[in-house]
Amino acid sequence: MFGYYLDLALRSLKRHRMLTGLMVLAIALGIGASMTMLTVLHVLSGDPIPGRSAQLYYPQLDPQDLKGMTSSKEPPDQVTLIDGQNLLRAKRADRQALMTGGSVPLMPEQSMLDPFYVEARYTSADFFPMFEAPFLYGTGWTAADDDAHARDVVIARSLNDKLFQGANSVGRSVRLAGVSWRIVGVLDKWQPNPHFYDLNTGSFAYAEQVFLPLQTMLELRLDRNGSSDCWGNSGGGAAGILPMDGCVWLQFWVELDTPAKAAAYKDFLLRYSQDQKTAGRFQRAPNVRLRNVMQWLDYNMVVPDDVRLQTGLAFGFLLVCLVNTVGLMLAKFMRRAGELGVRRALGASRRALFAQLLMEAGVVGLVGGVGGLLLAMFGLWLVRQRPSDYAALAHLDPAMLYATFVLSLCATLLAGLLPAWRACQIAPALQLKSN
Amino acid sequence: MDILPILTTLRRHKITAFLVILEIALTCAIICNAVFLISQRIERIHMPSGVAEHELIQIELASIGAKADEFARAQEDLAAIRQIPGVTQVASVAQVPFGSSSNNAGIRIDPNQPKSMIDASTYYGENLIETYGARLIAGRNLRADDYRSMDAVMEGVRSGDTKLFPATAIITQSMAKRLWPDQDALGKSIYIGKIPLQVVGILENLVRPSIEDDSTANYSAVIPIKLAQGQYVIRTAPGDRERVLKIALEKLKQNNPHRIVVQKRTWDEIRGNFFQNDRSMTGLLIGVCVALLLVTALGIVGLGSFWVAQRRRMIGVRRALGATRHDILHYFQTENFLLATIGIALGMVLAYGINLFLMTKYELPRLPATYFPIGAIALWIIGQLAVLGPAMRASMVPPVVATRSV
Repeated sequence: MFGYYLDLALRSLKRHRMLTGLMVLAIALGIGASMTMLTVLHVLSGDPIPGRSAQLYYPQLDPQDLKGMTSSKEPPDQVTLIDGQNLLRAKRADRQALMTGGSVPLMPEQSMLDPFYVEARYTSADFFPMFEAPFLYGTGWTAADDDAHARDVVIARSLNDKLFQGANSVGRSVRLAGVSWRIVGVLDKWQPNPHFYDLNTGSFAYAEQVFLPLQTMLELRLDRNGSSDCWGNSGGGAAGILPMDGCVWLQFWVELDTPAKAAAYKDFLLRYSQDQKTAGRFQRAPNVRLRNVMQWLDYNMVVPDDVRLQTGLAFGFLLVCLVNTVGLMLAKFMRRAGELGVRRALGASRRALFAQLLMEAGVVGLVGGVGGLLLAMFGLWLVRQRPSDYAALAHLDPAMLYATFVLSLCATLLAGLLPAWRACQIAPALQLKSN
Repeated sequence: MDILPILTTLRRHKITAFLVILEIALTCAIICNAVFLISQRIERIHMPSGVAEHELIQIELASIGAKADEFARAQEDLAAIRQIPGVTQVASVAQVPFGSSSNNAGIRIDPNQPKSMIDASTYYGENLIETYGARLIAGRNLRADDYRSMDAVMEGVRSGDTKLFPATAIITQSMAKRLWPDQDALGKSIYIGKIPLQVVGILENLVRPSIEDDSTANYSAVIPIKLAQGQYVIRTAPGDRERVLKIALEKLKQNNPHRIVVQKRTWDEIRGNFFQNDRSMTGLLIGVCVALLLVTALGIVGLGSFWVAQRRRMIGVRRALGATRHDILHYFQTENFLLATIGIALGMVLAYGINLFLMTKYELPRLPATYFPIGAIALWIIGQLAVLGPAMRASMVPPVVATRSV
């Protein structure tokens, strides 16, 4: 039966090439546009660290004075150096890392290379195991190295390729910010998207080339980038001067393996805030947050508004295309009223006719899906030509490829329901008479 | 043309007529909003800056290794740049309008206000107003004795000695209006933290380097602090920019070869970069509008052809009874006009609804009534163009069809 219906559908589609073409075109355009934007949305709202995002948390405290900088009830997005160091040393989580970003000048020993700036992350030892940064050679530094203000550096694979032509450079040294550092590890390709652990750098397509111990950076007063928010008379943060005590400028992440530990950690943060208030350092009532990776990304609205708007627009467009297809399909089915009348008169049930017409709609959906896929690939290519920082990430993955066909088929079958039902209401006798 | 017979016929094709109306309504609603979004973006792209747009060049250098005596070195750089033929002004600055990287400060008009009233961008640097070409509309320009050096200010921050801070500032007109809506800002003081700065001049406009909210885009203050951060802005005639940029880079390299050029561009490029997302969004919206109109037109052509085929006999009968080809053509055109009008009316309501949704979700302003006719006219035209083909074919139906049984 399936084969017979398919044959009928193909014959009928061939008979009205123009109408069929218009339907396929409408479906393809709608599917192409919506799948392009859906893929961008899918890529941007993805999990940057799958499997671990639920165990990584971002604690927030409120150390601001009563005057405050904002009327927001949310605590600041970063921590002060004092709080960061306190929480880091408290070691109440399974793992914890304090960090900030910057860029440092690198003077290559190879004389044919000009000095250049590299993006740096100043952090503490747990950073690498906590975020599962993959090592190509060597390892990260240890907590003892942090305490000793070791001049250790972990470099990214791209930098290793540039400086050492990809050779194992562990144990060799590199001059950063006028100081010699010992390479202890080389990271393999690693670029979480979005750049969840520090969104100040821009959310997408950002990767550091060197990772340096934060404690050493504090000692050497290396330059830092990123935002710093200050209150009271605090300031600083430029040209070799670290931001002052009344400024938040560091990110602090913890790993908490079970929900119970997370709850306990939140209690700890509340107690810590209360203690700080009793000691006179905090002025506001304890106000803490403990968001995991996805909640943190959601809170920061990392998916640009423009992308949401474009996705909405694309679905509006798909809707218009579908209404269009319903109309065209109705026209097509009604044109064949005579043929359908004959089939009814010869004993075909309404259900059989309905199935046959839906088969026709399904074929249009599949062909439209193929067209839509090609258009989506073209659309994503166009997106990649755009200047946005996320542009380079816009690629179709197998899940979205599959989704394209499912969406196309479902949309067309849905569009076929009304016309097929309408065509099945034809009274056979009337059609035969008029012929 | 008599409308009643058309309505009677349409009543017999309720579903098809409804689908055409629905499609036109949806398209109209989306087009109205999209055109509004496009005009918003275009307006944003042309946001006034208050600077001599086509005369500026930015060079940003970063020194490697030990930093000593930066201020004296900056003076050498400035002197070298000033000697280049064609250079009219040069300044050592910390930020450029639309340059993205910015210094901002909370501003109070009374040190005892619990919260700062606004957040304004702070421009530092000697000779900055002249170089940028910002227009002073009231008060005086900054004088040499207004200036303090950045080192002194940082020392003041550390020691708390307020004498080391500057005591004057020049602010933009829109910032002055926001702080003192009904009074003259000249002579009044703004406070950054506890530091008072007397407003001695008002600028017509000076846009911020980075903009979070377009309504505060022009809240900038020029504060008399001298600095040497290796960032220079040069003003020259538009035609000289490329040449001056090249010579300036050479001279700066001669002065100190141990520096990395971080940025070298004309201000037109800065503006282009700043609004590139808006430009690409505008292109995308225009593309969607065109595609929508195209799909709608194709839909009308398809359904129009179907209707014409279905009504061949009716057309034949009408022709046989004396209707001219013109009458038939007009019949289909009027029918389309009627459907489009109903669709447009429905589309307006829908457009308003979508706009309300966008207003709550994306902080867009209300859709001005002037945008409704745009969608209406676009769809009337598209409808008429699309139906022309099928209608012409209908008018070609010969009267003899009436006598045939098929």
